[in-house]
Amino acid sequence: MFIVNGKEIENSDGILLEKYINENGFKKERIAVEINGVIIKKSDYSNYVINKGDNIIIVSFVGGG
Amino acid sequence: MLNNDKLIIGGHEFDSRFILGSGKYSLDLIKAAIESAKAEIITLALRRAATGNIANILDYIPKGITILPNTSGARNADEAVRIARLSREIGCGDFVKIEVIRDSKYLLPDNYETTKAVEILAKENFIVMPYMYPDLNAARDMQNAGAAAIMPLGAPIGSNKGLCTKEFIKILIDEINLPIIIDAGIGAPSQACEAMEMGAAAVMANTAIATSGDIVLMASAFKKAIEAGREAYISGLGRIIDKAEASSPLTGFLHE
Repeated sequence: MFIVNGKEIENSDGILLEKYINENGFKKERIAVEINGVIIKKSDYSNYVINKGDNIIIVSFVGGG
Repeated sequence: MLNNDKLIIGGHEFDSRFILGSGKYSLDLIKAAIESAKAEIITLALRRAATGNIANILDYIPKGITILPNTSGARNADEAVRIARLSREIGCGDFVKIEVIRDSKYLLPDNYETTKAVEILAKENFIVMPYMYPDLNAARDMQNAGAAAIMPLGAPIGSNKGLCTKEFIKILIDEINLPIIIDAGIGAPSQACEAMEMGAAAVMANTAIATSGDIVLMASAFKKAIEAGREAYISGLGRIIDKAEASSPLTGFLHE
């Protein structure tokens, strides 16, 4: 189990971050990712294996003033 | 028309002095609003992304427009720094508008925490534009900390009340050697024009446009008002006197 934006994700431990992103409809060029408080560079998405208990925050831009 | 009157922020040159906000209106209107405003800088906010292939605001912003992410949601310097770093990681440049707010009723910025965030981010080569309460000492601290511009509020965010802080913004314009960009509270083109007439370097508006009857038309109205105010400032306003002074010649009357 790991956490993405506060939601628990079951049965996916050990998958590549890039795979998770692609399979869940996120676009790499539109997001930033922080795992356990550390920003993951886009170039590292294909190297990072999601660990059990990882707290993942995926952010993107929205309208704002 | 003024030629070569550039707004320079952090070494970047802009012809437009109208910074457009993108909140509270539909994505479909973003492009038309930018074009109507002739804006070259647009603010965005950073939020947790939703899953699924939903529309992203970046897809609606024309190429060549400078993205100015804000740190809305930050309650202290550390949170603002975190939001700024994540925003830059998306890959739209080094600009950031620092917003640190602890007061949920009036959304007034925390100048002390904002200054701390400016110092950290300027050292990381961000182009830092702090949203602030117009206080000269705080503005000086932000300038010394490496801010590229100062963004004092005219009135509380989203209030459309106009230049309530006018006299204090004047002090910043006189004393701070950075672009002073009026952010927040400007509700009407006439208020934007007045800010520019007194020497503001630019005006940022969002709610005034988003809550107007016609977003695209109001964006155009603000553009014209900001340009008019800028031309008046460069020109220098005519003097004020207590009594009348005839504009027409005082000789050659028909009854003479």
